[in-house]
Amino acid sequence: MAMPRADLAATPVLEMRGIAKSFPGIRALSDVSFAAWAGEIHALMGENGAGKSTLMKILAGAYQADPGGEIRVDGRAVAIDGPAAAHRHGIAIIYQELALAPNLSVAENMVLGREPGRSGRLDRRALAAACRPVLARLGVAFAPGTIVGRLSAAEQQLVEIARAVMAHSRILVMDEPTTSLSSRETDRLFELVRQLRAEGLAIIYISHRMAEVYQLADRVSVLRDGALVGTLSRAELSADRLVRMMVGRDLSSFYTKEHKDPHERRVLFAVRDIADDRRVHGCSFDLHEGEVLGIAGLVGAGRTELARLIYGLEPRTRGSLELAGQTIEVRSPREAIAQGIVYLTEDRKRLGLFLDMSVRENVNIDIVEEDARWGGVRDFAAARRRSAAAMRSLGIRAAADTVKVGSLSGGNQQKVLLARLLETRPRVLLLDEPTRGVDIGAKSEIYRLIDALAKTGVGVVVISSELPEILGIADRAIVMRDGRFVGNVEARDMTQETIIALATGAAHAAAAAGAAP
Amino acid sequence: MSTEESRAPDSASAPAPDRQAWRSTLQTLGMLPVLLLIGAGFELLAPRFGSWGNLSIVMQQASINMVLAAGMTFVILTGGIDLSVGSILAASAMVAVIVSLWPGIGMLGIAGGLLTGLLFGMLNGGLIALVRLPPFIVTLGSLTAVRGVARLLGGDTTVFNADLPFAFIGNATLLGVPWLVVIALLTILVSWFILRRTVLGMRIYAVGGNPDAARLSGIRVWWVLLFVYSLSGLLAGLGGVMSAARLYAANGLQIGQSYELDAIAAVILGGTSFVGGIGSIWGTLIGALIIAVLSNGLTLVGVSDIWQFIIKGLVIISAVTLDRYRLSAGGQR
Repeated sequence: MAMPRADLAATPVLEMRGIAKSFPGIRALSDVSFAAWAGEIHALMGENGAGKSTLMKILAGAYQADPGGEIRVDGRAVAIDGPAAAHRHGIAIIYQELALAPNLSVAENMVLGREPGRSGRLDRRALAAACRPVLARLGVAFAPGTIVGRLSAAEQQLVEIARAVMAHSRILVMDEPTTSLSSRETDRLFELVRQLRAEGLAIIYISHRMAEVYQLADRVSVLRDGALVGTLSRAELSADRLVRMMVGRDLSSFYTKEHKDPHERRVLFAVRDIADDRRVHGCSFDLHEGEVLGIAGLVGAGRTELARLIYGLEPRTRGSLELAGQTIEVRSPREAIAQGIVYLTEDRKRLGLFLDMSVRENVNIDIVEEDARWGGVRDFAAARRRSAAAMRSLGIRAAADTVKVGSLSGGNQQKVLLARLLETRPRVLLLDEPTRGVDIGAKSEIYRLIDALAKTGVGVVVISSELPEILGIADRAIVMRDGRFVGNVEARDMTQETIIALATGAAHAAAAAGAAP
Repeated sequence: MSTEESRAPDSASAPAPDRQAWRSTLQTLGMLPVLLLIGAGFELLAPRFGSWGNLSIVMQQASINMVLAAGMTFVILTGGIDLSVGSILAASAMVAVIVSLWPGIGMLGIAGGLLTGLLFGMLNGGLIALVRLPPFIVTLGSLTAVRGVARLLGGDTTVFNADLPFAFIGNATLLGVPWLVVIALLTILVSWFILRRTVLGMRIYAVGGNPDAARLSGIRVWWVLLFVYSLSGLLAGLGGVMSAARLYAANGLQIGQSYELDAIAAVILGGTSFVGGIGSIWGTLIGALIIAVLSNGLTLVGVSDIWQFIIKGLVIISAVTLDRYRLSAGGQR
């Protein structure tokens, strides 16, 4: 099926030309051109942060593209200046986080924001009657009156699709729709997507997963670093080619680390078959003294959940931890910290820092109890000493240590959070996206810090979605997919290709494609 | 140390440290200028207002609310609310008077009142911290239930004790200062010490500022919550003892009605954020004084009871509006 397909109209239903988008300090998209025809499934691939979501948010009217670009629907230039305009032009988007009102019925959700009737009165019976044929066409098992909150994640997704069909959408964007689905539910979804294609919708399917793209896509476009790398037709599709298109990037020079072979060292911390049986299905690894262990994988692979399990933040269903050969019990963050295990959250503003409190208070909050005298009276001299020392050694730039953390830049905030963790003198560091939202300068300082810590014998686990980061700072990498470890890559074999192939399941997909005609 | 209230401006436009210190002092002052302005106004309208005798009365009138508002400050700093303090005060006052009637050991009435308050506070705290019910709902329930208990305790009548052993609390002075005022100021001082000088105080701010981050950093959030509600209950118990000592009597139905609203108003007037994490006990002190000065001054000027309600409500709203405006003008969001 080469493109354009013979049975497709000459004019694409959607055409985006020269789309660019800049945020303060970041160029998220540059000169992206992209077209979708009615009756095709067009997959959009790319690494985390490649610009897929930004592009789709522009299409949805959530963001405005920079001037100069053009969006055409049915060949006519249109202005999409908000979600309402996107609706008007027949564009529907199903985000990963479903946008349904859980307290309302299926029918009410299907017409939410465009309720029929002029008087403002909602005729529930007429509404249900209008929704029923749409639901029947999609072959769903629930009634229009069902409360959405009672439905499973897969069923809720069907409601979103029904909503798009109800609105006579002709362009349907699906952002990682299978993340929370079982394989059976995924199969049903695929059937439905193919049915919608047959009905003449243009479907833009965003996915990380090679296997899904092989099963569904008529064409695949790949984004990298905010630019379109290329579009492949189904005939041109190969796992090798896709991985190369997605990666194709030189390692930045600021990774100066020399990789050590961790296996010569003693095992410091061992995780044995840990699981919550929802997002993490039995993971085991050894962390050696002075080792920097990278955990790679796609967003949603279960890496953060794994770290939270180890840290005692969520209850685990099985598994055990060993520190320096001793089995340890960690049932809460408090116990983890007491054992010398600390966790740097990926979401520093929401889960990490106390933004209304000063740098000094933030640096001291984990250690304040140890410094206190007379059963809990604070030692302010010690607090001042600690924050001054931390600001010096981590290079935290703030007018004084009494300014609120919320007023600092992302890089300095991250250093404050790191300083706080280091005050407790941890033996094991679990760092979740340690350089997210941090400028280049602070990034390399954080890398140097991780390196220096490892040299003192601390074991460091780095969870990162940035492959160059893993390659640059880790001595060894474990790749996670769907809550399981799918590969262990030693420093000498570490390339972006091997890791991406494992993370996306390209190895399996390639085998499957070889068998297919 | 006032690191938490020092609302630092954006680091990009960070002023010199001394200017910053000046600004932070100004912001710590908060509602003090408003208090002085209101006081000066009443002094003009009713010359008696500023007399030593009248100011002493204002302080005494403010004292019970100060004690309740101190407890409320802890609770609101964690992002919660305690609607039950008026009812707990009533139950505690009943217990205090009833126990004071026991021959020979009447002084135990003080302990009885305090323990009653602590007990109800712990019940609130347990339901909020351990069963994880919303504070508004829990304390709304105990507002009603504890009021019932207070009426039950005296068989729905007024209990008297003309020879109240601890009557000095309500009527005597210490070096010329009424005991009520001494107790209220001591409560404020102890509260300041806990909030600013102890590990626990830091954690109260932390839990209010970002409960998720507090949990992640190993703070036992449940313990902090249990503490603040227990303390609020204990202080309501103290308020009950003070109230009983002043009246030589307690009535489960009438005493402490809608005191919780005055306490909340004092805390909010004092600039403490309703979502938690920001605020100070000094602000609460000033807030409680503003409310007392308003009641006293309006009465002196001869404003009717009805208009007092309307004016007090409007002053609370406009003072907080002013505060919001002042903060946003200072470069805050």
